[in-house]
This record gives sequence, C-alpha cells and structure tokens, in this order.
Amino acid sequence: MTDGVAIAGTGLHPFGRFDGTTVTEMGVTAVRGALEEAGNPTFQAAFCATVYSGVAAGHKVLGALGLTGGPIVDIEAGCASGGAALMLAASAIRAGQYDTVLVFGIEKMPRGIIRSSFFEQWREQAGLAATPAYFALRAQRLMRESGITKEQLARVVVKNRANGVENPNAMFRKPTTVDDVLASRLVCEPLHLFMLCSPNEGAAAIVLRRSDLAGPAAPTLATAVLRSHLPGSVLGEATPMSGVPDEEITPPSTLAATDAYEEAGIGPGDLDVVECQDTDAAREVLAYEELGLCPKGESARLIDDGTTALGGALPVNASGGLLSKGEPLGASAIAQVVELADQVRGRAGSRQVDGARTGLAHTVGRGANAAVVIVTR
Amino acid sequence: MNTGTEAGANASTGRRPVHDGLFGENERGNAFLLGGRCDACDRVQFPMASTCPACGAATITEVHLSDHGTLWGWTAVTAPPPGYLGDVPFGFGVVELPEGLRVITLLSESDPAGLSFGMPMRLVITDLGPDPDSEGNPEGEIVTTYAFTPELPRVEAAP
Repeated sequence: MTDGVAIAGTGLHPFGRFDGTTVTEMGVTAVRGALEEAGNPTFQAAFCATVYSGVAAGHKVLGALGLTGGPIVDIEAGCASGGAALMLAASAIRAGQYDTVLVFGIEKMPRGIIRSSFFEQWREQAGLAATPAYFALRAQRLMRESGITKEQLARVVVKNRANGVENPNAMFRKPTTVDDVLASRLVCEPLHLFMLCSPNEGAAAIVLRRSDLAGPAAPTLATAVLRSHLPGSVLGEATPMSGVPDEEITPPSTLAATDAYEEAGIGPGDLDVVECQDTDAAREVLAYEELGLCPKGESARLIDDGTTALGGALPVNASGGLLSKGEPLGASAIAQVVELADQVRGRAGSRQVDGARTGLAHTVGRGANAAVVIVTR
Repeated sequence: MNTGTEAGANASTGRRPVHDGLFGENERGNAFLLGGRCDACDRVQFPMASTCPACGAATITEVHLSDHGTLWGWTAVTAPPPGYLGDVPFGFGVVELPEGLRVITLLSESDPAGLSFGMPMRLVITDLGPDPDSEGNPEGEIVTTYAFTPELPRVEAAP
C-alpha cells in the first residue's frame, strides 16, 4: 500500500435554481475553489460526475479554465455518481497511478418530476414511471415493518430543514414544523411535498492527493465504495417491474457500507456525523437501518430520542440534507464529502458537530447504485 | 374491453395495449399477465424478457401468470407523471402473485384508505386514454393497460 488519500481542497457552487448561469459556469466556480484551497497543484486526471449535462461536460468546465490535456472522464451512476467518481480517483491514487486527481460534480436538473431515459416510453404512458410513487411504496413498507409514523417522517423533515437554516449553500433556509409538513400537498400517500427533496442545480469539487503531498490539516478519505443492487427486490432503486420476496436480499447501501467499514477498519459505532440520501424523509430513516446505525426495525428510536438531530449522539444530515439543499444528482455526493471535510476540520460553523473526527457519506439511486464514503481527521 | 387473445393487439376493437407482450385475455374474457419462467433456475419474471434477471440464462419459457394475488403495497399518484395517458388520481402498488412474484401495477382503487395489506386482488384490463399517436383522429384507438382491483367477496353457491 502507498500512503493514504487526503482531501487537499474543496469547493462548492451553492445548490438552488440559477437561471442565466450555465452548468459549466457552476462547475468552474466549484473547481476553482477546490484547486485554490489545495494550493493549485497540477492534477494528472479529472473525473466529472454528472447525469444530465450531456456530452463532454467535464471537458467544458476544464476547458473554460485552460486545464485540459490530462484524462477527463464523465461518470454517471445516478444519485451515486459523485461517490463513483471519488472511488475511481481514490483507487488510482492508492494504486500509484496518479498522485493528484480532481473530482467534481455538476448538474442543472430539469424542473418537476424527473423524466428519466431509464424508463421506456410505454412505462411512462402506463403511469408506471411515477418516481415519487416508488418512494411512497418504500415509505409505506418502512412504516409497516419498522413502525414508523407519518409524524416521525415529518420530524425528519423538520430536523433537516432546521439544519439547512445554518447552511448558506442550501436551497431552502427557512425552518418548518410538523404541522406545515403534514399540511403540504399530498404527493403520494404517505409522502407530502415537504417530505420530498427538490431536484435542482449546483456543483461541488474536491482535490484528492496522496497524503504526503497534502498539508497535515487535510482530512483523510479513508474509503470510497460503490456497489450495485443484487437481483430481486421490487422496491429497490433499480425499479424493476417485478421482484421476489427480498427479506434475505442485502440492499446495495448495506453492501457498500459493509465494504466501507471493513476497508476503513471501523464500525458504525465509530461515526460522529453522517450525511445520507434523504431523497424523501423515509429514505433517510431506511438508511439508518441499511447503514447499521441501528438494528433493523429500530429506526423510530433514533428520531424519537433526537440521536440524529444536531446535538444528538450521531447527527445525520447536519448540512440540511437533500431536503434543504435540493438534489443536483452529479454534485450531491461530492457536496456531502465537502460537508464531512468541513465537519472533521471543525469549520462547519453554526452546524458544527462537536469534536467530529469520523464521518460517513451515503448516496443511493437509479441503477441501482449505492456509494459510501468515509472521511476521517 | 379488449378481446384479443394474445397481447390484445387487435385494431378492429379500437383498442391497443400500451405495450405488446405484457398481458392478454383468454377466450372466456379472463385477463392474464404474460410472464416468463427460466428453464435454468425456475425463477418467474414479469414482463417476459429474453434473459433471466436472476441467473442470466437465455432460455425463458412464456407462462400465463395468475390473475389474482394479494396486495403488498399501495399508494395513489395525485399529479400526472410525464407522458402518462390516463387520469389522476390513480392507484399504484405491488401485488404478490401465488407464484411468489411481486408485480408493480396500477390499481383500480385510487383512495389508499380503501385498500389494506394482504387484500385479495384480481387482474383487469383497463383503458388509459386516447392513443397520442392518433390525436384528432375520430377513429383513433384507446390505449389499454393492466391493473389490479379488489376481489369481490365470493358468493358461496348453495349446496
């Protein structure tokens, strides 16, 4: 093994809606920020995570900065695209192929329910491509199997939106209440509008370097793991038309987390802060179980006793999560790791988790793909 | 309602299935879903594809799946998703067939409060709406799809 992999610099373009700003311009902002913090090192390769940006989107960002010449590869792995890019970059550094790699994610999402080329046209026509309905079925199953209530789902939204108030890069910065969440439009029972994240726009960038080349204050990227689904589950993010009883089939998030804990040499009990995929409020609660933050079926306790709130034993989505930030697919996983880098360096400001040393970032989505990244001080 | 025998492709009825190879109706007018059974691992799939999603084998035999099952998951979609041809709200859920297969499906019941876990369900063929490819054409076809509806309580025949 060579030295470890360090996060030498991070940069963000805020998440939100920015009419008149191109996805390339957002990428330039994030990349410039990350390179500046890292001391503008020469990088040997660049991986650009994006889903909706079209041909050679990463090249356009680096072309605007006069930084082309090395390999530039666009990476698409749905919501986990950024995790996939981090995995490839970290692997290349560990293998000794490169010592410095630029990883960035950019996205300018279409408005409204995301129309995905993943679904055939007939499936759209038949109403079987209604993405929030799949989220709703998964939420209903969690309520049935883990005893989660609609009010508890609303409390997850209240928690994340309260954290988002403290995040200047978030899209929604107003707090909300359980009553407001439950009074918002019912999209698909049991999910109300405020329980669903908004697809939006943004960019995030990270410079990864071999540890001995980064400063002593640079956090360590202990591991970045990407896994896909095992066949069988009808409610998995692979959204098949049919499935089999899946109680014994390990979901992709658990596959990724298990690998990540092993590679980092830690367990869920060692975590101080978690950023997880809160596409909808139930998706976050399901992640508690899939990532091993609690035993299966016991996630309600983490909501009730405030474990995952800021100030609790294991804050989840201190950044405000996707429910506050919105979800620009290619940028979201990288922005989670930017947040963790800030947290373990103690520079997360008013949303700082006291004494945070070890953080986990989790994304899961279409493919299915699931990524887990562990950052340590 | 479609009276085609296989996959329902029969233009003279003025109706066409949203996609060929998903469902059909037998000579008694009972609907069926067209699935596949893997010759190698026996796994049943819907819709029928050329390979098995469990083992990758390419020897799949067409089977008519059960026309009834139990409700395993349900919700209602309240805003029309992009490209959808039908009306909102509409029921959406998962029905578990006796074959051990959980199938994503429309539901005839769009009020979630009218449904319950494990409820017996029966397959029907239902109209979505006019074919968008024949818009403005009075002879245009109606597009149909499959759905599940709560099974009416059976009336026991007198002995």
